[in-house]
Amino acid sequence: MKTVSLISQLIIPLFILFTILYGCAKRVRVYDCFISGAKGGVGVVIRIFPYLLAIFVAVKAFQASGAFEFAQELLQGILEVFHVPIDVVSIALIKPLSGSASLGVFTNIVKTNGPDSLASLISAVIMGSAETTFYVLAIYLGAVGVKRTRYLVPVCVFADLVGIIISISIVKLFFPLG
Amino acid sequence: MNTVWVLLIVISIFFSFLNGRLDEFTKSIFEGAKSAVEVSLFLLGIVSLWLGITKIIENSGLIHRLSSFFQYFVRKLFKNIPPEHPAITSITFNFLANLFGLGNAATPLGIKAMQDLKALNPGRETITFEMMLFIIVNTASIQLIPFTVIGILADHGSKDPSAIVLPTLLATFLSALFALGILFAVRRVFK
Repeated sequence: MKTVSLISQLIIPLFILFTILYGCAKRVRVYDCFISGAKGGVGVVIRIFPYLLAIFVAVKAFQASGAFEFAQELLQGILEVFHVPIDVVSIALIKPLSGSASLGVFTNIVKTNGPDSLASLISAVIMGSAETTFYVLAIYLGAVGVKRTRYLVPVCVFADLVGIIISISIVKLFFPLG
Repeated sequence: MNTVWVLLIVISIFFSFLNGRLDEFTKSIFEGAKSAVEVSLFLLGIVSLWLGITKIIENSGLIHRLSSFFQYFVRKLFKNIPPEHPAITSITFNFLANLFGLGNAATPLGIKAMQDLKALNPGRETITFEMMLFIIVNTASIQLIPFTVIGILADHGSKDPSAIVLPTLLATFLSALFALGILFAVRRVFK
């Protein structure tokens, strides 16, 4: 744990130091290089912006409309059959859509159920093993402006679903008493 | 994405009508627009920063050394990337940044990787299999230690916050493997 945390802290400073020193050793004008590279950032972000806008508006609207609560109620019945805490539904639904919102939902689950409850443990594993899929899709597809994504989106959604089932099963295996 | 977007918007309007939340709907789309601007401003900073740093890597020739070093690993998965292509390095950097939970570096480097992959097939509007593969690995979110999650558990007085590390790692790797499996299986069907 401690070593990994230390490596995480060291990796970026060391990497930047190495890059700059290597550039200097090769007699590259490091500062001018950095500036000319950074110039490209504006273009990239402008290209991505409309994609981000589209997905953020849709996700916010979906949360505000109450459709979210409806989907939750729908799924609760299924989860009860498998003895999975109801709160897991909200984290499983929100994680692919929004990073900041899922963090809020997760904190709330930990607060209301206690940090060592089954609901908190399952949510923690889902938080760590799932990604904000639609944000990633919007940014990476926007960056290159591809229009036809073939079967990518359905595969992502299906993989997310399986990932959540895997997370729940693993927690139930690891913490059988819950 | 078209289907996803249409579904999200239409379902939202339908439900806000049913729940009498039309006002909230209108408010939420402006709020969404606002957070898109905030996130873009944030991205503008970190993307430019990392593009500046990668430019040094490219101009100093470090990129050729790095890509010839990493290509053995990356080319196992991405078979159609030519040797010493810049995409090899940017893909590796993105994976490493993800592995160590460095989200602020992972996204800009991922954008760079997507553009490098696009350079292999310029002018095409259809996604390539390599791009799909790259996105799938990214959405699987392979991370060694989920620091944020552990932090929250510890803040609320968990007995053993790091107990979730092993199950999370296992869940991540299994779902990544499964996602890749689905992708390769679907490719066979659509070929």
